[in-house]
Amino acid sequence: MNRLDRREFVASLTAAVPDALIVSGLGSASYDLFAAGHRPGNFYLWGAMGAAAPLALGLALAQPDRSVVAVTGDGEQLMGIGSLGTIAAARPANLTVVVLDNGHFGETGMQQSHTSLGTDLVAVAQGFGISDAFVGTDVAAVAERVLARRGPTFAHVPITTDEPPRALPPRDGVAVKNDFRAALELPTF
Amino acid sequence: MMARMSPAPPLWQEKIFEVLRKGGVEQIAYVPDAGHSHVIREAHSDPGIHGVVLTTEEEGVAVVAGAWLGGQRAVLLMQSSGVGNCVNMFSLLEMCRFPFLTLVTMRGEYAEFNPWQGPMGRATQRAFELMGITVVRVDDPDEVEDTVSAALDNVFEAGERVAVLLGQKLIGRKKWER
Ligand SMILES: Cc1ncc(C[n+]2csc(CCOP(=O)(O)OP(=O)(O)O)c2C)c(N)n1
Ligand SMILES: [Mg+2]
Repeated sequence: MNRLDRREFVASLTAAVPDALIVSGLGSASYDLFAAGHRPGNFYLWGAMGAAAPLALGLALAQPDRSVVAVTGDGEQLMGIGSLGTIAAARPANLTVVVLDNGHFGETGMQQSHTSLGTDLVAVAQGFGISDAFVGTDVAAVAERVLARRGPTFAHVPITTDEPPRALPPRDGVAVKNDFRAALELPTF
Repeated sequence: MMARMSPAPPLWQEKIFEVLRKGGVEQIAYVPDAGHSHVIREAHSDPGIHGVVLTTEEEGVAVVAGAWLGGQRAVLLMQSSGVGNCVNMFSLLEMCRFPFLTLVTMRGEYAEFNPWQGPMGRATQRAFELMGITVVRVDDPDEVEDTVSAALDNVFEAGERVAVLLGQKLIGRKKWER
């Protein structure tokens, strides 16, 4: 399998979809997104494992005219695996879930995860009813889907087990939330 | 799909949907419970509302947070047994101070027949409180509308996190024979 560099992939994807709203799963995915350059349309999770995809779903339903992307790891997505069924049922055309799959729980010491022990996430996503689920090694193909908003889409991105230096996004969730809403011209509450 | 003929819903359930709709709620995420039937049905038939069926309640905590991040009001409907499924996910609400409204039908109390509902039912209120969520409770059908409407104001006007427990007596005895 052709495994990509996670930082390069996320940096090229975010550059190709500058107006997308992006939610990142805890740990490495949040570091990758922040390393690609902070923007107020980014929402970084530092916990709530399993939240990336369903949080992006609520956001996508609320913002149907914006492209919404969840970028997360295999471990994080596995914990929220049922949310792929929830997304399939809700059918948000503007939502793309991107799973950076290194086959391991990298953040906790690189223990093997289910995806290197037999689980095929593309088949899982398709089985849940996301028919546009594919191996997204071509950044341009993923970016095209994000911009086209004819999803929901699931992109499985095999990445190497390399662990680039941590790039730590802000940990103040309230501030990140307020910046994000401000970027959508929404008041704090 | 089979449409099951259902008798008219209890008035308190109709009032709940009215309060949510008039309160500007645009997403209703749920794992079903009989006591939420009417609201779930209406959520799916109202063109201004997204009904979001979940596989587990914790997804709903994240959906509601995402909705609010994108400028929509959302609520989570569940039964008391689902509250335990959400515990770690509740940290999202406190960390980002998301407004959060959940309506919970209680099991494991009034005339309960299924003992498996007991442990989580008895821990429901404390589980919310452990995670910093304010609990209000209603057992009188005449007070449901006001209680839910007041909770909705607390959440969306004051930015709080509130769970409304709908006592099992509201739902009444479950018929086990069929
Ligand atoms: C509920 C919960 N269980 C366990 C953890 C510990 N934990 C943090 S990150 C992580 C694994 C993340 O793996 P993955 O999403 O694949 O990210 P990557 O491999 O890119 O680091 C785990 C198990 C946690 N934060 N929360
Ligand atoms: Mg991983």
